[in-house]
Amino acid sequence: MSTNKTNPGNRLHDSPLTRRLQDSPLTRRWQDSPLTRRWHDMGGDPAGPVPKDQHDFAIWEKRVDALMIIGAAKGYFTVDGLRRVLEDMGEEAFETMAYYERWVASISQNLIEGGAYTTAELAEKMAEVANRGDTYGDAAKGPA
Amino acid sequence: MMQKVRVKPLMPPGHVRTPAYLRGKTGVIERSLGAFPNPEDLAYGVAATAKPLHRVRFTMAEIWGADAETPDDTLDAEIYEHWLEPVHAP
Repeated sequence: MSTNKTNPGNRLHDSPLTRRLQDSPLTRRWQDSPLTRRWHDMGGDPAGPVPKDQHDFAIWEKRVDALMIIGAAKGYFTVDGLRRVLEDMGEEAFETMAYYERWVASISQNLIEGGAYTTAELAEKMAEVANRGDTYGDAAKGPA
Repeated sequence: MMQKVRVKPLMPPGHVRTPAYLRGKTGVIERSLGAFPNPEDLAYGVAATAKPLHRVRFTMAEIWGADAETPDDTLDAEIYEHWLEPVHAP
C-alpha cells in the first residue's frame, strides 16, 4: 500500500491520505501499549496546516453538545469521562467518525456507567426512534 | 531560585494527562497554581482527590534536543505534582 510517510500531519482530518495511513508503520507506533504513548497523545508529532474552514452545526450536533452539558450538570459524569471514552475508542474511530458522532457515543457510554439508563433501555429507545422513519418528515407523519 | 523538577518517565496505560513528550524532561516550576481534582480520577467517576498543580517551564532545547529550531525559547505546561520529582544540583 502506498503511503506518504513524510506528512502524517493530515491525520487530523478524514481524508484518503489519513485512511491510507491507518495501515502504515508510521501510524502503528501510535497504537496503545503499556510501553509507548497512547495514540491521542500526539504533542510533538509533525502537523499539517491548521484547517480554518467553518461550518454551521446541524440540529443533532447541537443536541449532542447540550446533552454533554446536561449530563455533567446532573452529575452523571465530567468532561474527563467524555475524554476518556473518546480516547479509548481509538484512532480508527477518530479517523472514521465525525466529531459529534464520537461525542454521542462517549456521552452514552458515560451515561450508562453513571446509571442514567441501562443498555436495555437504550436499545428499546433506539428501536422506537428508528421506527419513526428515516427522515424528520417521516417522523412528523406519525406511526406508519 | 525556581525549583528544578523532572517529569517522571512513566508510561502507564489509562487516562493520563501528562504529555508523553515531556516525560523524563527537566524544567523549573514557574508558579504553583493550587490544588485541583485529579482528572486521572475524574475520568473514571471515582472520588477525585485535589492534587497540587504546577506550571513548569521547559526550554525547547531540553524538549527537542538538537532538533529545536529556537533552543532558548521556552514552553510552559501545567503538570500535577505527583508526576514531578525534584532535581537536586549535582
